[in-house]
Amino acid sequence: MNLAPSEEQRALVASFTELLAKHASPERVRAAEPVGFDRVLWAALRDVGVLEMAVPEKHGGWGAGLLDLVLVAEPVGAAAAPAPVVETQVAAALLAALGGGPDTGADTGPGTGPGAGAGAAAARRALLAALRGERLVTLAVRPAHGDTASLVPGAAVADDAVVLDGERLLLASLHDGTRSPVANLAGAPLADVVLDAGAVELARGPAAVAAFETALDDWLVLTAGALVGMAAAAHRATCEYARERQAWGVPIGANQAVAHPLANGATALDGARLLAARAAAEPVRGSRRARELAAMAFAFAAETARQVTYDAVHFHGGYGFMLEYDLQLYYRRARGWARVWGEPRDAYLRAARARYGGDTEV
Amino acid sequence: MDFDLDESVAAFRAEVREFLARELTPELDDRVYRSGVSHDAAFARRLAERGWVGPGWERDDGHRRLNPYEVHVLEEELTRAEAPIYAVATTEMVANVIWLVGSAQLRAEILPRFLRGEVTIALGMTEPEAGSDVAGVRTRARRDGDRWIVDGQKMFTTNGHVTDYIFLLTRTSTRPGGPRHAGLTMFLVRLDQPGIEVQAVYTLSGERTNIVFLGGVSVEDRWRIGEVDGGWRALMLALQDEHSAAFSPHLARLLGAVEGWARAGGRLDEPDVQARLGRWATALEVAQLLELRTTWMSAAGQVPVAEGPMSKLFSTESLVDAAEDLTELVGPDALRSRLDPTALADGRIEHALRFSIGTAIYAGTSEIQRNIIAEQACRLPRSQHPSG
Repeated sequence: MNLAPSEEQRALVASFTELLAKHASPERVRAAEPVGFDRVLWAALRDVGVLEMAVPEKHGGWGAGLLDLVLVAEPVGAAAAPAPVVETQVAAALLAALGGGPDTGADTGPGTGPGAGAGAAAARRALLAALRGERLVTLAVRPAHGDTASLVPGAAVADDAVVLDGERLLLASLHDGTRSPVANLAGAPLADVVLDAGAVELARGPAAVAAFETALDDWLVLTAGALVGMAAAAHRATCEYARERQAWGVPIGANQAVAHPLANGATALDGARLLAARAAAEPVRGSRRARELAAMAFAFAAETARQVTYDAVHFHGGYGFMLEYDLQLYYRRARGWARVWGEPRDAYLRAARARYGGDTEV
Repeated sequence: MDFDLDESVAAFRAEVREFLARELTPELDDRVYRSGVSHDAAFARRLAERGWVGPGWERDDGHRRLNPYEVHVLEEELTRAEAPIYAVATTEMVANVIWLVGSAQLRAEILPRFLRGEVTIALGMTEPEAGSDVAGVRTRARRDGDRWIVDGQKMFTTNGHVTDYIFLLTRTSTRPGGPRHAGLTMFLVRLDQPGIEVQAVYTLSGERTNIVFLGGVSVEDRWRIGEVDGGWRALMLALQDEHSAAFSPHLARLLGAVEGWARAGGRLDEPDVQARLGRWATALEVAQLLELRTTWMSAAGQVPVAEGPMSKLFSTESLVDAAEDLTELVGPDALRSRLDPTALADGRIEHALRFSIGTAIYAGTSEIQRNIIAEQACRLPRSQHPSG
């Protein structure tokens, strides 16, 4: 057991933190609203390999582990970065999984298994385009309902979205006819996506659903990491304010009515950070234990971020409510980044289904 | 980062479970609950025979010193099984203080006997009018040549009616205007001597605790622990230990009991049951991680500061909330008392509710833990105490 990140992990996090300080300052985050996308930031993130790290080496990536990704998700959340990092990473990893073996440039013929057939070839092409920066590919984290995938994260600015429609995983090309951007609470690049005849089938059947569910596990873990980073940033700012702001001659943080919720927040944040890392470190992706831990990490991080960002706004008093202060940026995203998938209760249900699956499937 | 415990630790856990299956008999378990006394001399001897009293201590009695993770697992398993170890635990806390600040004579007198499981010590800090604000103690020790005369009262002295000694915090001097934590002195006092009276106090969990009355009790100076008027240091060392006790095993036991109830009733696939169990299973993961973190820090040579309080706060507050929520989930049947023949899961669900409340009070209330976290982790100013 060792709960300290390695030297390499620390260096990786530091490099992303530095990049985000330069390209995702609060001014830039505000300037990117309401769309929630900063092209210069995105180009800088791509340059340092934000997508390659999520993709195995044989598919042209660096094959970083999910633990490395969750450590990087934290500064992304702390900056409230206006870029769809988590969605695109998970989409790229999913395309790699669907694509099977390395891209040979040739279709391997009909079939439904990973790596075989037109679907796998389409997945490989989409991945290649994403890694080259030619197309921005995101993931609909909730399956389509009817012919619509609603509030797809990243879809307002992406070129393609991977969407689960029943038992089919589709690659939907996004354009004016298929995509309607939605102004939203989080100031995130969300869009409703209509599946048309142009959508390409990447996989179908139980294998397609299983691949989607595993990708969703990863998205839940990484979103947990981003929420922890975001809530930690709000918490840090609030502790600082509580040390400085005076009322009746003492810092407001000297009052237990202020100090104790902040102590609860510090505790929950440490727990959420540990649980997100624990979930990311679970080795067998797609296993019941990995699914359970991913859902738990998401639920706990979402609850923690919800409470901590509320307290952050509240303890800043009227200032917290002003658009000019940054707390509202965190407050809105803490809700939006989580709720595009669901509420904590949905994640508790997912965790329980994985935990007790053997009992209920009988 | 690596969350895995070594395989040797997993093997050790199996060894502890085997030991418990043999030594913690249903009769013993029943007696412990009925008496409300979490101590059994024979069980403590069995632990000591294994080298599991003071398991992390450097020792030369042939027993292997357990590594911090093994100590962690031992505590986790004993706690989860509700083994009667509270007196052993308080004795270890005090033995640790004696080892750190006690005289050579006191160390020689107590520590070897502690490791053999032959000595037990109850905690004597709290008083009727001094709980969390422990510097407010009024029990006085007056110097009289080579001895001290002690008068006062101690409260919630759990196991004080069965232990050999009490770890007694006294006031030895008062300097008007001086800091309140100065002028305190710590002693180890035999409980079977004239002037000491122990009176039972029964609690909501079923646990028996005590009031200890001390009137003109004579204590030789060699039983002093640490400096005269330097008792605060000894106290802080003891409390640091107390703040890192593991409470997640109680949550694990409760969750297991309710999972058993749901499985037996065919209700595990109901969404409401799943959502609630999923929530508390999540809290259990977090509690276990926070507890493991303090063990990892100690093993890595770091000193936990706010981390111990975070773990105590989270585990006990989760236990309180889980017990409330899960007894409501189980419904009216959760009212059936422990020891009632109709009770579910041997009444452990009902007992968990009563038991949970105390955990957020003793060993440092949640408010005290939050004060420490606010100061140490959030770097907030000390909260306002009217009397400073």
